[in-house]
This record gives sequence, structure tokens and C-alpha cells, in this order.
Amino acid sequence: MSEERGGRGRKGADKDKGKDGPRRGGFFRRRRVCKFCAEKIDYINYKDVRLLAPFLPERGKIQPRRISGTCALHQRKLQTAIKRARQLALVPYVTD
Amino acid sequence: MSTRQYELVYLITPDASEQVVADLHSQVEQIVQRFNATLEKTENWGRRKLAYEIGHHREAVYVVETINSTSGDVMKEIDRRLRVSDEVIRHLVVRVDEEIRVAERTRDARKANQARRRVARGLPPEPAPGEQRGDQDSDDDREGMEVQR
Repeated sequence: MSEERGGRGRKGADKDKGKDGPRRGGFFRRRRVCKFCAEKIDYINYKDVRLLAPFLPERGKIQPRRISGTCALHQRKLQTAIKRARQLALVPYVTD
Repeated sequence: MSTRQYELVYLITPDASEQVVADLHSQVEQIVQRFNATLEKTENWGRRKLAYEIGHHREAVYVVETINSTSGDVMKEIDRRLRVSDEVIRHLVVRVDEEIRVAERTRDARKANQARRRVARGLPPEPAPGEQRGDQDSDDDREGMEVQR
């Protein structure tokens, strides 16, 4: 059980523990790894819409780290890249 | 003095003719020359759909220019010129040299680190083409598990 708990990949997020809700047997969530670390992308290019699109769900909001599993460093870089892309109308600010 | 690299992206109205696009480019080129800077690369993406409407336009012509300069004055002037231009509906100037340098540094550091660790394990510094640890595959397997939840 403790193994599975670790597998949820909520690194250092003690305050989230209570929110998880009941966890049944066989519950297993993939431990997310930062896409940019895994694929060794050093420079997050704001002109590459295909790279940014997975981090913008339907509403067009930037996906939080706790969902996407992106590491802090890359989330920060991703954030500026998305904001630049938004200015150029490559990705939306909001979609209704 | 070190050289700075800038990226300039500008969006031109979809109803502008080829001539207007060419004129704007030569305008930028002239300013660049006047300030003793160099135009490294020009990319014309052509007509592209906008993610949202800008001044009732649904699409625009995208042009990306990479400019090398020792001072920021060129970009100031280009920025001013594009701001007053009626055909340019949006533009963005980004200084990229520092970011690229950081990216190169992290890449080199990772390469060096990998080589060092491989040598420590008694392997040649560079991994052979077919020799991967299969991180990607195991990742895909777990993806299937997530769907089951």
C-alpha cells in the first residue's frame, strides 16, 4: 500500500493527502514524469504550438503542475512560453 | 561587447498583398542595416489561423526574423515602427541569446554528466545507437494502467 502511495507521485505535497479521497484496492495512478526532463527538451520554444498544446486543456488555461507532472523548473519555462504564444495568437487565452 | 540575439515575430493583416509583406520585410532590413546589426534568418510562415480574433481578423500572415545586434536600440526602433504600422496587427520582440545559452549549458552539463557516469560504469562515454534503457516503453505500459482507473 505504501508502495502505491509513493506511486501517486505527489512529491512533497503533504497538504494534498487529505483531498485524495478514499483509495480502493487496485487503484494505481501512473507516476507522472516531467515531459521536458524525460524527452530532454532544454529550450521550450514559444513558437512550437505542438509542444505547448498538451498543456492547455479545453478551456485554454495552463495545466497545473500537479496534473501534468511537469517539474518546477520546466513549468516556469513552459509558463513564459505559453504566455508569449498567447500574445501571438498561436494559442488561446480562453476558449468558451 | 557581446552580441545579443533577438527574435521578432509580426502578424500582418490577411488582406495585405505579397508586396506589403515584402515592403515590411525590407523596412525591417533597412533599420537593421542602419544600426549596424545583422539579420540572421527570416522565416515566413504564411497565412495562419489565429487562436482568437484580433481586430476582426481570423487569420494573419506570420513572419519571424532573427536579428543579431550589440545593442537594443535596433529593436526599439523596429518596435516603434511596427507599432505605428497599420498592416501589422501584432508583433513581439524576444531576446533569446541568454535563453539559448542556458539551454546549451544544461545540455552540455547533461552530456558531460552522462559520459562521466558511463565511464564510471566501465562503458564507452557515448551510448551506442541501439542502446536505450527503454524509459519510453515502460512509460507507455503505465499509461494503459491509468486508463483502467
